[in-house]
Amino acid sequence: MEDEIIEFGLYVPPPPHPLLSPDANDGYARLRQAFDTCRERIENSGADIIIVYSTTWPSIIGHQFQANPNSEWVHVDDDFHYLGSMPYSFTMDSDFAAACVEKAEGRGLQARTVNYDAFPIDTGSITALSLLNPDNRIPSTIVSSNMYANRSETIVLGKAIRDALASGGRKAVVVVVSSLSNRMFTEPIEPSEDRIHSQKDDDWNRKILEFFEDGRLEDLSQLSREIHGQIRVQKVVAYKPAWWMASTMGQHNNYHGEVLAYEALNGSGGAVIQLTPSSGSMGDKEFDEDDVEYYHGDRNVLDKGGL
Amino acid sequence: MAKGEIVLGALAPHPPHVVYAENPEQNEPVSEGGWETLRWGYHRLARKLETIDYDVMVVFTPHWQTYVGTHFLGLPRFSSKSVDPVFPNIFRYTYDLSVDVDLSEAMCEAASEAGLITRMMRNPDFRVDYGTITSCHMLNPRWDKPIITISSNRNTHYYSPEVMIEQALALGGACRKAIENSGKRVVLVSSHSLSHRHFVTESPLPEDMSREHIYNHSQYVWDMAIIDLFRKGKMKEAIEIMPEFTEQTIAETEGGGLVWMMGAMGMPEYPAEIYGYQSVIGTGNCIAAWVPQPEKREIVL
Repeated sequence: MEDEIIEFGLYVPPPPHPLLSPDANDGYARLRQAFDTCRERIENSGADIIIVYSTTWPSIIGHQFQANPNSEWVHVDDDFHYLGSMPYSFTMDSDFAAACVEKAEGRGLQARTVNYDAFPIDTGSITALSLLNPDNRIPSTIVSSNMYANRSETIVLGKAIRDALASGGRKAVVVVVSSLSNRMFTEPIEPSEDRIHSQKDDDWNRKILEFFEDGRLEDLSQLSREIHGQIRVQKVVAYKPAWWMASTMGQHNNYHGEVLAYEALNGSGGAVIQLTPSSGSMGDKEFDEDDVEYYHGDRNVLDKGGL
Repeated sequence: MAKGEIVLGALAPHPPHVVYAENPEQNEPVSEGGWETLRWGYHRLARKLETIDYDVMVVFTPHWQTYVGTHFLGLPRFSSKSVDPVFPNIFRYTYDLSVDVDLSEAMCEAASEAGLITRMMRNPDFRVDYGTITSCHMLNPRWDKPIITISSNRNTHYYSPEVMIEQALALGGACRKAIENSGKRVVLVSSHSLSHRHFVTESPLPEDMSREHIYNHSQYVWDMAIIDLFRKGKMKEAIEIMPEFTEQTIAETEGGGLVWMMGAMGMPEYPAEIYGYQSVIGTGNCIAAWVPQPEKREIVL
């Protein structure tokens, strides 16, 4: 797989517990250990860029790419502020972020870089980058999750990022920051009492993990709408991480999958998963929705009258 | 000690565009103006507030989103820079604000006694959300009164709009009780838009008013229906249709701000003062005020 532009992909959870309170229970510690393992693997990889897609950075005006070469501040989580502050200092690759914007616009997407002092990097991105790339050995960029985007827009976004990688001759580790089931407990719990919110959520999470372990990322992409309906709190229109990850990693099922940890984070499903492109896995894919190369925006079906 | 009271409740939308358009010294970006209908409405309401004696402004904001209960600011001072994660090009605001911690703690305790999950926020690094800052800047640009921010517990997402209404009403009642026991005179602020579907593109000049309009006619019609109930003093009816309104217009009422305020104010049956309505990047924004003292009420628009 020498010509592969993606070294490997990671799927990691956004809550700050593995960063701020890893010893509060055994599950958080196992997640932290999995993050640490991934950190070592990134260090030993040939990647020269880390691309983070964060479900805890919503955008409205198209797709935003973090481009501040020295992104520093002290963040505090809205819910878990009592766990402590999250100081960060990240090195963003401004040129790569700009290249992503150019390629995204070339495929019909609205996109822009974000390069502002004190910009509020989100909890999920801070947790991921602090644990996976603590010394800024590899520059990164963070991609927002547009709250209105659906499948076609997200698929095209992933392809645009592949365009930027290919044209720049770059090799990337892609990091999706997202829970599996995302229903948290709505009352305070002791860390020792943490568990997946419901058996149903746990069942679905474990089925999704089977797909990941089998390297069936494209199949997960096609199951996104079902996953959204079953185990996602309806905060946004769709479960987009699998679409983005599959598209950015090449839209197939040929990966070596490894689930390094799966634990509860205040009731939500937190997993650290690695997918590495391979030459053989579950083989053929079956598209049941159109593949999309260019985003045409709203189709204005209401303006076309009774057809 | 005299009984505390709510002297005014304001629906105060917080698109950062209105602060951007004002060009205050606290905000880095510079504009050529824009959204005057909203801003001039805010100016008029701010002038009215200068004529009203009050001790503290209590803000319910949908941009401090909490899933484990309702949280309250719990330190006397917060000073930092607020950058809007969605519109960083127009809102990078340096703030230095004071908090009435005593009343905040009293409201938190009263809400807890009412059966709600609550928590005080005492991390000094916490950044106050841009919704709070925008509404407070527009209502009191001198920042010479302490504030309290209450987070928005996302019951609509986790359960349903009906559950959100039930809990927001309980929270409002608890806050009212704490205010009355405090002896303080309080302005309530429900910081949010009505219809809340955004355009996903932005003109090169954000304040280009030739590009600004409501996202679609349905949103406009719904907004007008709700505002009509405001005008007629039919807040019970407004709250009753809130689930459908919220669903049909993706309204920012989903956060519970207006319901909380109406719960605290005892579901007013007198007309609201309307200060303006205008779209901002497609969303519907109304500035309105409810004034309990009849002699202080006026017809504005």
